[in-house]
Amino acid sequence: MYAKMTRTPLEWLRYAVLPLALGVAVGAHAQDGGEVEVLNWWTSGGEAKALGALKDGLAEENIGWRNMPVAGGAGTNAMAVLRSRITSGNPPTAAQVLGYDARDWAERDALANLDEVAQSEGWDDVFPAAIQAFAKYDGHWISAPFEVHSTNWVWANKAIMDELGIEQPESWDAFIASLETAQEAGYTGLAYGGQSWQDTTVFENVVLATGGADFYRSSLIDLDPEALDSDTMIETFDNFRELLAFKDDNSPGRDWNLATAMVINGDALYQIMGDWAKGEFINAGLQADEDFMCFRTPGTQDAVTFNSDLMIMFDTGNAQQQQMQHTMARIIGSPDFQIAFSQIKGSVPARTDLDAGPLDACAQRGYAQVQSAAEHDTLMGSLAHGYAAPASVKNAVFDIVASFVNSDMPSDVAAEQLAMAIRGATS
Amino acid sequence: MSDTAAPPGKGARERLQRWLPKLVLSPSCVLILFFVYGFIAWTSYISFSNSGMLPEYTWAGLRQWSRLWGSWTWGIALHNIWVFGLLYIVSCTLLGLLLAILLDQRIRAEGALRTVYLYPMALSFIVTGTAWQWFLNPGLGLEKTVQALGWESFSFNWLIDSNMAIYTVVIAAVWQATGFIMAMFLAGLRGIDGEMIKAAQIDGAPAWKIYLRIIIPQLRPVFLSAVVVLAHLAIKSFDLIVAMTGGGPGNATAVPATFMYSYAFSRNEMGIAAASAVFMLAVIAALIIPYLYSELREPRS
Repeated sequence: MYAKMTRTPLEWLRYAVLPLALGVAVGAHAQDGGEVEVLNWWTSGGEAKALGALKDGLAEENIGWRNMPVAGGAGTNAMAVLRSRITSGNPPTAAQVLGYDARDWAERDALANLDEVAQSEGWDDVFPAAIQAFAKYDGHWISAPFEVHSTNWVWANKAIMDELGIEQPESWDAFIASLETAQEAGYTGLAYGGQSWQDTTVFENVVLATGGADFYRSSLIDLDPEALDSDTMIETFDNFRELLAFKDDNSPGRDWNLATAMVINGDALYQIMGDWAKGEFINAGLQADEDFMCFRTPGTQDAVTFNSDLMIMFDTGNAQQQQMQHTMARIIGSPDFQIAFSQIKGSVPARTDLDAGPLDACAQRGYAQVQSAAEHDTLMGSLAHGYAAPASVKNAVFDIVASFVNSDMPSDVAAEQLAMAIRGATS
Repeated sequence: MSDTAAPPGKGARERLQRWLPKLVLSPSCVLILFFVYGFIAWTSYISFSNSGMLPEYTWAGLRQWSRLWGSWTWGIALHNIWVFGLLYIVSCTLLGLLLAILLDQRIRAEGALRTVYLYPMALSFIVTGTAWQWFLNPGLGLEKTVQALGWESFSFNWLIDSNMAIYTVVIAAVWQATGFIMAMFLAGLRGIDGEMIKAAQIDGAPAWKIYLRIIIPQLRPVFLSAVVVLAHLAIKSFDLIVAMTGGGPGNATAVPATFMYSYAFSRNEMGIAAASAVFMLAVIAALIIPYLYSELREPRS
């Protein structure tokens, strides 16, 4: 899903051609046996395979599958296609979306109500409140959550840690000290991808590590102007600047998976990235805790910043379609699917009542932390991934954070600009 | 003499002859009216509405315009288009003129050289941008190659330096368009009356003075066309920047066109995007309309 945030020429082309192709393909509608059309941007190997689990589940219920993949990281292209489909009055059966997008469509009365499924499956009791806040609108279920990804992870090269005698750091200071050790030994401290969503992913980690969960909530979720332009925020930017000293000079524009490869190849000690990075390690044939380490960003151990893919269903006014939508929602919410899907995708289940046994070591720890964070109300949406604020605010933060990373902007100016940019986006 | 007085067959044919061109042209006129001017009007309206993720038609006055001018990225985008546009137009014009003058010295293999200089224009901006991105990437291209050749301290990292990145875009854009501008000037040079130059030579004027006083002043219309062509290419520039820097590092190379795309498609701010699009249209119109006016008027005088 985070395959590539910079668009390659081919993707631009695809973007231009797709609406046309779709217009033609849409002619045939659901067939007798029933067929669901699902818009998504899960096109990379692991993602497509994870989606295959849903396809198989539907096949068991005799429901056909028409895949409608729209490539492009973070789904910008997919959302543009979705918009044109809905404005032309021809919505797909369902679509994969992130946080605020689900809410935007619910506000426009475009979505089907899933209360019936949610009630019979007891969703109210098994999905954490932080996810329900996005999966429900106005008290009604509007989507089925696939999984929980969390963004406050550090991925570390075990060989370098062993070589330099670095222990897993438990505090921010220890974290910085270990980076210094690596830098002095000639390694790159922090594998870093200089794209604005990655800048902001690291930034939100620093916000959480510096100010704690309450500060994260008041500044990035509630967008409290006082918290945004506060001394804590200035301190956050100071810490961020300190951390940025450990990236290499070649980082601007680098894709996240290339940064992960730096850790895998032993060029860099750490990467701060969401748990989709784990897939890269696994694909390279590495074992968690043996070849690589995964731990929560020091200073953020008690909280989890998440994002979660949601499947929204559109109100097509067709009884057969509705039946199939309910079946699909039931499958997505079922314990077996939640485990199977996360096993492939590298995430953890969105419902918190399952046995994590089948998951890998990182995911088992991550799942326990998600459960505990949900209980202590420190499971909070990730800003960089559209779970803390609407797209306009998210991108306003991207602007300031990316400018801070790529210049020598002082911390107090950055905090002031951040507050101003957010005010501009919400005005 | 009226149509009714003429024989019926002839009148019908005359009428047909009179109407046929209009009939043939009318579908394209209607299409242009709708798809060009209709959408310009629609976009202008959207810029005064509350549109966010989807178009909405509630009137919001100047709200989107004031948000546009209050935006941090828009300031960067405007600054960049100034820097980029100015350097691009000036460098292309001067280099194009210089190349044209050098090619105009009755040299051997002029045809081959001219084609070589023109080739970059045949590439799409995406190809140019991607190639230059590889070439200027410090870890891949020029810097690495020169260092590998033994000049260890050589450094050329403009592409990833947020203060310098916009100049790398200028370099690539100038590389692409100079050949085309050269061809325009070459055509202009060939159109100059040789007698005048001969007369000046007989009077003993040095070559540089002939160029400065006689030839270049006569190229005035070519200068005008070159500047107009380059200016609208500069304001429209989008694909080159997307391919080369993606608007980065950070927002260091954002220009109005990338700004518009980002606000319309990833930020759910269609109103601001429309306002920026209308602004760009106004700037281009301010350049093109006087030019077209002067061009279309000239034959009559």
